[in-house]
Amino acid sequence: MDAKNLKVVNQPVIKMDAMGLACGEPAFTDDMDFKGLLYAKLLWSPHAHARIKKIDTSAALKVPGVKAVLTYKDLPRVPHTTAGQGYPEPSPYDTYTLDNKVRYVGDRVAAVAAETMEAAQEAVSKIKVDYEILPAVLDTASAMKDGAPVIHDEADSKNIPDAKHNIAAKFDFEVKNGEWFKEADHVFEHSWSIPYLQHCAIEPHISIAYFDNFGRLVLRTSTQVPFHVRRIVAQALKLPVKNIRVIKPRIGGGFGSKQEVLEDIVAALALKTGKPVKLEYTRKETFISSRTRHPAICRMKAGVKNDGTITDAEMEITLNTGAYGSHALTVMMCAGSHTIPMYRVKNNIKFIGRSVYTNMPVAGAYRGYGATQGFFAWECLMDMMAAKIGMDPVEFRKMNYIKLGEGSPVFKAMGEGREGVEQVITSTGLFEAIEKGLAEIKWNEKKDKYRHQEGPIRRGIGAACMMQGSGIPEVDMASATMKMNEDGSFNLLVGAADLGTGSDTVLAQIAAEVLGIKTDDIIVTSSDTDITPFDVGAYASSTTFISGNAVKKTAEKVREMILEVGAKILDQKKEQLHLEGGKVVARDGSSCSLSEVANTSLYYYNQHQIVASASHFAHTSPPPFQANFADIEVDTETGVVKILDYVSCVDCGTAINPVLAQGQNDGAVLNGISHTLSEEMEFSSNGTPLNASFRRYKIFSAADTPPIRTFIMPTWEPNGPYGAKSVSEIGINGPLPAVANAIYNATGAWLFDAPFTPDKVLAALKKVK
Amino acid sequence: MKKNDMIETVKGFFNIELRVNGEKKELAVKNGEFLLDALRRHGWKGTKKGCDTGDCGSCTVLLNGKPVLGCLVPAVTAHGGELTTIEGLGSVRDPHPLQEAFVEAGAVQCGFCIPGMILSSKHLLDSNKNPTEAEIRKALDGNLCRCTGYVKQVEAVKDAAKRLRTKGK
Repeated sequence: MDAKNLKVVNQPVIKMDAMGLACGEPAFTDDMDFKGLLYAKLLWSPHAHARIKKIDTSAALKVPGVKAVLTYKDLPRVPHTTAGQGYPEPSPYDTYTLDNKVRYVGDRVAAVAAETMEAAQEAVSKIKVDYEILPAVLDTASAMKDGAPVIHDEADSKNIPDAKHNIAAKFDFEVKNGEWFKEADHVFEHSWSIPYLQHCAIEPHISIAYFDNFGRLVLRTSTQVPFHVRRIVAQALKLPVKNIRVIKPRIGGGFGSKQEVLEDIVAALALKTGKPVKLEYTRKETFISSRTRHPAICRMKAGVKNDGTITDAEMEITLNTGAYGSHALTVMMCAGSHTIPMYRVKNNIKFIGRSVYTNMPVAGAYRGYGATQGFFAWECLMDMMAAKIGMDPVEFRKMNYIKLGEGSPVFKAMGEGREGVEQVITSTGLFEAIEKGLAEIKWNEKKDKYRHQEGPIRRGIGAACMMQGSGIPEVDMASATMKMNEDGSFNLLVGAADLGTGSDTVLAQIAAEVLGIKTDDIIVTSSDTDITPFDVGAYASSTTFISGNAVKKTAEKVREMILEVGAKILDQKKEQLHLEGGKVVARDGSSCSLSEVANTSLYYYNQHQIVASASHFAHTSPPPFQANFADIEVDTETGVVKILDYVSCVDCGTAINPVLAQGQNDGAVLNGISHTLSEEMEFSSNGTPLNASFRRYKIFSAADTPPIRTFIMPTWEPNGPYGAKSVSEIGINGPLPAVANAIYNATGAWLFDAPFTPDKVLAALKKVK
Repeated sequence: MKKNDMIETVKGFFNIELRVNGEKKELAVKNGEFLLDALRRHGWKGTKKGCDTGDCGSCTVLLNGKPVLGCLVPAVTAHGGELTTIEGLGSVRDPHPLQEAFVEAGAVQCGFCIPGMILSSKHLLDSNKNPTEAEIRKALDGNLCRCTGYVKQVEAVKDAAKRLRTKGK
């Protein structure tokens, strides 16, 4: 099968919300005014680890305009997780809306709602807190030691495997087919590290809580997971789910940061005051108190034979989950499950994973979700092995990467938070992606050219291959509803959360393809828990694959209903009919319009609403594949690394919308490049973030950005809607290893710690000399 | 109009007179209020708040034809001025060529940075009908985007320049 005969799918349909957004139409959470709105402000902990001995809110309450001040004393104490995951969440229940203990600089202490922002701020400054400062632990190695300060010493937290040693999550597995490293001619072992990294969605976290005319709590919020927000807020505040409605308007980027449920506190303030309340994080607050990528130390040891066979591979990853274990288990498992299967390992495989609490900012979901951390190690190790056995690193990859029809013991052993699902590769365009990339970057030509270089500026090329998943198999579920209107248009209701990815458009394309219409005839309503059916939300690269399949099934049901009515109108057998160009068309050429069908069903004959719903969950998670190539320049005198060209060839099955798919990959790649060369959160010795602004935490701007060239390599995934797989995350994982490998190619120096700042590059160069 | 023409109306509020998107307006602004907050409070929601510290460019508006950051400029500075916000450039019914080009190139992902980016581009194209890629990147340098990699936005500005040149003929 291929995408050749498709009319709407695989076409660059204009993103349906784009014009409104480009014209500044009010679309985001904060673009709606609420009468009598109160402003929320939180008091953040100045200490990395402390117990609240006394908290006095009397002065704060006296500030004119202040309507509520909440401390832990005012709220139910419910252990929960902020990780917006399917229920039961595989993250420990170690978080309380407010607690009598603070566990990092930036932890919540108290919350205020007031008539003005100024009054809220003043009230926050007048809350008197008497802290018992506790010893803090800021790094994972110290945190795991006997006698280290115990960050979660409370009795009521749940599912923490070893609170005494600050272990938030652990998972080990081994496939043993013989003696370790017995067959290997060469064995390598190194550690790679990734620091604290921020998502930097340009719209900060923002939520408005208000009451509808039935007194139900409505959360208008910038979230990727509206249904999980409803469930977790209900849990944390002990409310019935039926009393909460969550609406996701347009949202200004997420990248995983808005898969966190932080809406409980603004909901609590609204419940306390009975008024609408807005909580908008400042950029600084987003840095210190939202979520980050899990910093990681990934040790890998692998063996290789001189003929290029990889004999053994062992990955030990230690994630710093910060003060709470949001996504602690699942990011850690994905660091192995999304990466180790990339290459065939003949004999033994071992994974040792730990997520460790520290008194540092809370890590959570972030585009790439562990694969970023794991692939940095695995893909650099691949180049080390290739160099040792004298093989071209790309040839070495081609020899070993997972092929069509192949599986991996890792798929079954490691899922997300539990055992995984056995699967084999049902589509891959990695070979074509590699070939395209080699040609575009001029690999062979440059490989020779860069072999002998003199002078301070050295050029190098590097490659890295990637895979990811398409949703979480046997966990993620999505659904859709579709109904027909008089004019032959349709309402498509989906729980899926478009966070700027274009999923509303992509899902409309899938429905339009089934029904033989244009996307203009589909009105998409997404992400409103009162109106749209359930969807786990936008994460795990699931929307196109899982929600897309749900939409396809829904539209197919609608098609059957239309054909039944069409059969009556045309006096034909249903089997003789199909949908095309907004019509029901019979084999004899007779036809009727969809509006005729709608009007017949609504007003004339056997009256009924043409409407259907369907759900989808999957037994496999077909990985997209990607080949990345970086052409770089290293100034050996200053240590500055410059990317001159970055080529990224991605197999996402059928790109439902090639322009949007390219945009996803371009953005992911740039985020990865920014991680590689610039980004790192810095902290003082007590864990206070030092560069909590865009001025000092540098993400790439238009002028900084090197040429990024994305090529979509079409394949057909039999389990995907119209052959589609995922595309949103994979691109972020490539730049770290591709650039590290290119630096090695240019200079012979290995970089193990991201980002590759000039000081680190110079230190690495020194080791070569 | 000069600054000292402004009269404190209600305590803590000043009335400023200015043109917003070509229309004469009298706006009450709070003492010490920044242009971004004043604009949003008066209903121009297209001007976005991404950082409030002058680093992201989402609040870019054109004051007397020049891009300024609404979060750094006191609202009273606009007194007597000519202000263009994204709403003044075009509308869904009647978009500006830049808005069309951004939409058609696929340059709008989450869209939060786009109003600021389009206004920065407008300023560039007002004075430079045929900018090079480097000039475009420099003009957009103050507008951070985390979604796109800037690839399609640079394409969009090139395309808009072409549209405007053709239109001008």
